[in-house]
Amino acid sequence: MNRRQFLRNAALAAAALPTLSFSSRLFAAPAGSPRLLFVFLRGGYDCNNLLVPYASGFYYEARPTLAIARPDPNDANSAIALDAHWGLNPALRDSIHPLWQKKQVAFVPFAGTDDLSRSHFETQDNIERGQPGQAGDYRSGFLARLSTVLTGVPAIAFTNNLPLSFQGSPRDVPNISLKGDPKARFDERQSAILAGMYRGTPLADAASDGLALRRSVSMDLQNLEEEMVRASRGAPSASSFATETRRIAALMRDRYRLGFVDVGGWDTHVNQGGAVGQLSSNLRNLGDGLAAYADALGEAWNDTVVVVVSEFGRTFRENGDRGTDHGHGTVHWVLGGRINGGRVAGEQVAVAQPSLLQDRDYPVLNNYRDVYAGLFGRLWGLGRDQLQTVFPQARPRDLQLA
Amino acid sequence: MAMRSVPSMRRRLVALLLPWPLLAAAHGDAPLQRDDVAWLCRDGFGLDSALVAGYRQLGRNRLLDAQLTDRVPGRLPPAVAALIAGYPALRTPPDQLLAQWNQAQERIKAMPEGDAKVAARNDLQKQGNQLAQQAQQAELLQAVYGPNQLKEQMVWFWLNHFSVYAPKGRLRWEVADYEEHAIRPHALGRFRDLVMATLKSPAMLEYLDNAQNAKGHVNENYARELMELHTLGVDAGYTQQDVQQLALILTGAGIAPVDGRVERFNPKMAPLVVRDGLFEFNPNRHDFGDKVLLGQAIKGSGFDEVRQAVDLIVRQPACARFISRKLAGYFVADQPPPALVERMARTFQRSDGDIAKVLRTMFTSKELLAAGAPKFKDPTQFVVSAMRLAYDGRPVANALPLVNWLNLLGEPPYGRITPDGWPLDGASWSSSGQMETRFEVARAIGYGSAQLFTPEGAAQPSPGFPLLTTRLYYDAVEPYLSAATRAGLAQARSQQEWNALLLSSPDFGYR
Repeated sequence: MNRRQFLRNAALAAAALPTLSFSSRLFAAPAGSPRLLFVFLRGGYDCNNLLVPYASGFYYEARPTLAIARPDPNDANSAIALDAHWGLNPALRDSIHPLWQKKQVAFVPFAGTDDLSRSHFETQDNIERGQPGQAGDYRSGFLARLSTVLTGVPAIAFTNNLPLSFQGSPRDVPNISLKGDPKARFDERQSAILAGMYRGTPLADAASDGLALRRSVSMDLQNLEEEMVRASRGAPSASSFATETRRIAALMRDRYRLGFVDVGGWDTHVNQGGAVGQLSSNLRNLGDGLAAYADALGEAWNDTVVVVVSEFGRTFRENGDRGTDHGHGTVHWVLGGRINGGRVAGEQVAVAQPSLLQDRDYPVLNNYRDVYAGLFGRLWGLGRDQLQTVFPQARPRDLQLA
Repeated sequence: MAMRSVPSMRRRLVALLLPWPLLAAAHGDAPLQRDDVAWLCRDGFGLDSALVAGYRQLGRNRLLDAQLTDRVPGRLPPAVAALIAGYPALRTPPDQLLAQWNQAQERIKAMPEGDAKVAARNDLQKQGNQLAQQAQQAELLQAVYGPNQLKEQMVWFWLNHFSVYAPKGRLRWEVADYEEHAIRPHALGRFRDLVMATLKSPAMLEYLDNAQNAKGHVNENYARELMELHTLGVDAGYTQQDVQQLALILTGAGIAPVDGRVERFNPKMAPLVVRDGLFEFNPNRHDFGDKVLLGQAIKGSGFDEVRQAVDLIVRQPACARFISRKLAGYFVADQPPPALVERMARTFQRSDGDIAKVLRTMFTSKELLAAGAPKFKDPTQFVVSAMRLAYDGRPVANALPLVNWLNLLGEPPYGRITPDGWPLDGASWSSSGQMETRFEVARAIGYGSAQLFTPEGAAQPSPGFPLLTTRLYYDAVEPYLSAATRAGLAQARSQQEWNALLLSSPDFGYR
């Protein structure tokens, strides 16, 4: 079935089943079903200074100014030992490390795609499409396909525009950015007038659902906003990821089960910094946001999984500008209240010069399509055919994360 | 451009708020028929008084003639022309822009590590962002104010068909040139010339990596998209072998050095060098083997292989059909009538790819208006048509709000990451999130954006708002409003709210 045919069928299905309208799904997320948030770090974050291969002498040779020191109880800027090989960036001491100790975080190093372009846009695109190689449909994302094989899993993107991951779904996937003030621009009377003008047109549902979502989000978040304003003695920090994730948690707790959000600012070619500096500040902001999400979900954190990805890793050696350039394999994170965490998962190789890809960056030993197919299979009990719809030609690898 | 003082701004607003003189009665013009309005809404980005006046004066056929031969009377308002001419991205010759970029890069490379180097890098990035934003503004200003509205739509259509992504590499320094020198001159000309112009443009050469395509280091990216997205369509029957052969043909087609370096060629190669502006065919990088493309032998000879290949490709019946279908998909209906596409394709083939002739077939067809469901405006059509109706030719002093609105709506010029361009069907732009955002943009326009009339960097004057209840409205919009929209408008509590509702209405959202 080509995409047009698919859309036509979807339109027919939608016409036959008016209950697909989003407004009727507003209160429909079933209790106890798993909740997945997908966090995309756009720009290619430097995984080698997140998950520090502190047992590797080569790491310290390759990064004379950027390396994070070997674990040392007397040095707050040294890596936090996770096991005999890997350490955590100390910027995550108060956010992610406590989750690690509770076995609520796992890291998958040597993860990524088989796209070797090392181009941001090609690789982001490749990941979001989730299709093998260059083949496939430019406008079909893997989260959109995932949401078609699931039922009772309301999806939403917390972005200004619908990300490619969610494009091509026959069902309307709403999107709304929660970075800024979530206040609605139209009051109830104006929303009713607008919806009235569209009544009886093919866009009636989209118009009223869009207005309803904005207004309900605005109302849902009203208490939270007031609380955050009180707590911050002014406006909640606009640049803080935690502000955004607390809002996201308020929506994911009851209404949605599949979400997407992205975070930028990871393309550290110049003056990346070590234990302190640009990258570590970004990681701290990210870690605080993820910990705030877990905290804000409360009990619901136990049914929740968060996946953190980025398009690629960076060069293993630092460059002449105290930064790093585009690389290949990276470290993906999996978090959640009941995940099988507290470990570094997936296939690994000793971190040394001969194991670098093209003497430059991490190889990919854990293709994300295979790993997520395994994860989704466990989370929702998806069968082979369903997983093939989500990730065509993937060979699901069950890392027993969930 | 001189800064406008607040008092003169107020005078303008007062003038705008006065009741429209009853010119209609003086001319004795009847309101436009539904059919006329529908035709004009496809022929232009949207209604304004100038377009309606041209239609009344010339009639449909002569207006179309004037548009297709690019002899529409009138030009950009002087203030808008001056605004565009003032953008460094447009004012600076393309080779100078790239030379400046190159010098800045060299300077940064030579600097010692430290804050000064970081600052210099940031400055260069900032300059690139500004240049790209100027190119976006220039494109949108011409779409709103250009007197030849059919041509303006075609400029956007081809920019989207031959899509490039400004944030990649140094494309921000190249996109203004791409629009002005590759797309615009050929928007109504021969399709073959348009393909060649994009093929030789720095923006396309770098976006799809042909600048790196050389003998021994073949990059197929452009070769593949040239056939798949630009000319033949994905199911046209060419093979991976054809892609590889075309990639070999294209080896050596790249960009001339911008650092003043003199290239040396041996006496055998020197006559084979082709230069055209920043384009350079470098025979040292070309694979001179013989090729076979789409079943035709192409003898290894240099740049002439590229000309032969493009001729061969654009003369395929698949190309005529692919381009005709895409045009009809933009102007007529998401699923255009096959018989119309077939007639357009025949015109395309008979005229050897004369774009104006293909457009004439489409614009004189009965299917244009009889195709059933109206077309839902994409965000660009929405913002441009709203500006045209709301301000009706009145020049803005700053077009950044237009760029920002299109960023919000997700369709900024030069902002499509993938080479397939923005989708042209209504379903791609009418999700619930997009509808809500569109209403917010309608509100921003209807309630008045002070920034539109504030030159960049100047203090913000008190905002005014447009008055949409003009003669144009009563002539061409009001008579055909649906009952539901009328009922909605009747509930407005202020002129601003009324404006926002009209621009949000389905009557305005479709064309």
